[in-house]
Amino acid sequence: MKLDVNGSVHDVDADPATPLLYVLRDNLSLNGARFGCGLGQCGACVVMADGEAIYSCTTPIAVLEKRKIKTLEGLGTAEKPGPMQRAFIEAQAAQCGYCIPGMMMRAQALLEKNPSASDAEARAALQPHLCRCGTHTRILHAVARAGELMKGKS
Amino acid sequence: MNRRQFLQTGGALVVSFSIPARAQKLPGALDRSPQLDSWIRIGADGGITVFTGKAELGQGVKTALLQIAAEQLQVDMQAIKLVTADTALTPNEGYTAGSNSMKDSGTAILNAAAQAREILLAEASKRLGAPVTAQNGEAVTADGRRISYGQLVEGKLLSVRAAPESKLSGARRFVGKSIQRVDIPAKVTGGVAYVHDLRLPGMVHARVVRPPSYGAELKSVNTEAAAEMPGVIKIVRDGNFLAVVAGREWEAVQALRALRAGCTWTEQAKLPRDVYATLAAAPTQDIVIADAPPVSGKVIEAAYTRPYQLHAAIGPSCAVARYESAGLTIWSHAQGMFPLRGAVAELVGLPAERVHCIHLEGSGCYGHNGADDVAGDAALIARALPGKPVRVQWMREDEHAWEPYGPAMLTKVRATLDGSGNVSAWQYEVLSNTHSTRPGKAGDLLAGRYVEKPFQPSPPRPLPQPEGGGDRNAIPLYRFPSRVTNRFIPEMPLRVSALRGLGAYMNIFSIESFIDELAQAARVDPVEYRLRQLEDPRAREVIKLAAERFGWNAYKKENAPQNGHGRGFAFARYKNLAAYVAIAMEVDVERETGDVRVKRVVAAVDSGEAINPDGIKNQIEGGILQSISWTTFESAMFNDTRITSRDWSSYPILRFSHVPTSVEAHVIDRPGEHFLGTGEAAQGPTAGALANAIAHATGVRIRDLPLNRARLKQVLAA
Repeated sequence: MKLDVNGSVHDVDADPATPLLYVLRDNLSLNGARFGCGLGQCGACVVMADGEAIYSCTTPIAVLEKRKIKTLEGLGTAEKPGPMQRAFIEAQAAQCGYCIPGMMMRAQALLEKNPSASDAEARAALQPHLCRCGTHTRILHAVARAGELMKGKS
Repeated sequence: MNRRQFLQTGGALVVSFSIPARAQKLPGALDRSPQLDSWIRIGADGGITVFTGKAELGQGVKTALLQIAAEQLQVDMQAIKLVTADTALTPNEGYTAGSNSMKDSGTAILNAAAQAREILLAEASKRLGAPVTAQNGEAVTADGRRISYGQLVEGKLLSVRAAPESKLSGARRFVGKSIQRVDIPAKVTGGVAYVHDLRLPGMVHARVVRPPSYGAELKSVNTEAAAEMPGVIKIVRDGNFLAVVAGREWEAVQALRALRAGCTWTEQAKLPRDVYATLAAAPTQDIVIADAPPVSGKVIEAAYTRPYQLHAAIGPSCAVARYESAGLTIWSHAQGMFPLRGAVAELVGLPAERVHCIHLEGSGCYGHNGADDVAGDAALIARALPGKPVRVQWMREDEHAWEPYGPAMLTKVRATLDGSGNVSAWQYEVLSNTHSTRPGKAGDLLAGRYVEKPFQPSPPRPLPQPEGGGDRNAIPLYRFPSRVTNRFIPEMPLRVSALRGLGAYMNIFSIESFIDELAQAARVDPVEYRLRQLEDPRAREVIKLAAERFGWNAYKKENAPQNGHGRGFAFARYKNLAAYVAIAMEVDVERETGDVRVKRVVAAVDSGEAINPDGIKNQIEGGILQSISWTTFESAMFNDTRITSRDWSSYPILRFSHVPTSVEAHVIDRPGEHFLGTGEAAQGPTAGALANAIAHATGVRIRDLPLNRARLKQVLAA
């Protein structure tokens, strides 16, 4: 079946019941979405579909055929990082970093709707996401900074 | 490429020293690996490679080591390639653990780089016939003649034993600066950042069918359904060890489920109903680690408990292994590549020199989690599929139920107070299992215990002072005389090992809670009470700084005590020999529900010379939040037979709703002072400050961890 990931349409040879996560990692060799629990409890696998944050570990590709999927790789590159990536680098908002891509995709979905989201709104949006290194306050700073960058402030 | 091949490539810096009789201790890990070219090599092309036996765990050690090396070699950080823990390339620095990386490897690289620079400059000066200075990888004379490091080492074979003393550059172009971490760009852009991302040609995916409980035996297994599933390549069984291999990862996960459904296990585990009663009744080996006599006077006493707690990394453990005729290669995020090599070699029956272990980053770490075990799993499965790289990742329930936990502990303390309320005598005992069951041996890996001919685990042992294990930080740093007994319990009801801080978390929680109780009994401000019984000037300084930045003296309770709002303070020097940390915090407690919200945390830390102040802040902030999570939420659950904490709903941890509004860490930089390990230094003081703030907010002292909602609600309703 066909999947639109980061603006490119891929012909994917996988059972339609396969969770998106495994297709992203195994068929498309994308690293951004990460396996954490397979249960939708931790948020490490979160990507965007039509602008909404979804758990790629529990969403079968069967329901994604006509939807635009965006992963961490769709936000920019190491050479040309997008606003969300720049903000996380500026804030040094990572330790091990394993949970961070899911956080960034959730925040991206939030800020694309409202780049002026408050700290309380960011916390509420990120509530489904776990970080074990305790980077939470830096993540919140980075999300606030990403909002500024998306509004064109440097 | 092995070390020998590496040495044969290009020119290498050579200095011939006669090896002196071993007299003086060399700085840091140079003492164990004294050759300069074990740490630093310069190719004929001028390319500089620095080697460390320590691993990046997300603590930022790569960046800090590059800062040190660049400063002493006087080159840009980008000019240096850093190779981390690899049994074929780097020094053996044991485990990346105990907050020792800067003290061991940082000190070694600091001195090795300084000595290499001086050797290069001396050679340049000889060749150019004039004094030189180092500039960006070149030696330069006053009249502008220059020669590159690469030219200096050209054609020469350099192998020099490090000297005990180094001429350290005092330059601070990189050192003392909050340079951005070198590992973060890949992590936030989808680069290859973890062993989980390793994709080798022809790689296959495996999953292990873990038993339902400790020690369960595989009575029978029907493999038919799994074997016929799409993509399944092989089912590997060796005694009670059972795994399935498939071409794609999702196929392996589905086959795992089918295979698990076909298993019948005989369970025999007997887990304790009351873990504290079980531990208290178990035989102990008592070791007195401080021995001051008791005195007579007014005695106050208390006892504290801590449950089993998980490392609980967000990404389950993962490893890739490839078994070939030449030997076995393993890519792993375990903390010790050399110890892992020994254990795996024994497990698969190869000599250690035919096992190559390469560290790649994993998710989190925080101590001995499932990383070693999954490497053992991968090795066994790869042996059954020679030539094929095998990637194994644990499922969430594997990590939760099978990682070795931070041990449950009990502490008891008695203090005698003098007329002014100060402590005149202190008696303390800590009961605990070992805090390290790390490999070493095949029997220390889960796979080693489940194969047909099982290996025996290493006998549990207490870790010696001064660093200690269960008794880490059990001796108070305060100046009063103390008698401290480490009551080591060999028998382990649950699988346990090193969790960030080891016994320090519980001992500092206990000591700092009790100090607050004593301050209250003495009717003295808790900060003042600590200061008047502490002599160490650096300890006093972090306490004063944290109190000042928190606004301790100006702090006014908005309402009367016990309205649910309170503040707390705690201090410790990690291991009594590493970083000093003082923490002040304020909390809100909702009496009706028992819900605790930490509002604001202020920390002060002295890590000696601060190579990267933001790196130190990140470690302290992270330690604070992780310890808030341990202290207010976490306790492993189990029934008579099985671990029942198998996911994030049965083992909840901190979420954003309970993240403080602000967390500040203030770093006292002491250029020229020894590096003091920082990564684990916040765990204990955070727990103490939190317990003290809750007691201040509610008027009720809780001595049993975790200080969670259910417990608080019950205690506050009583």
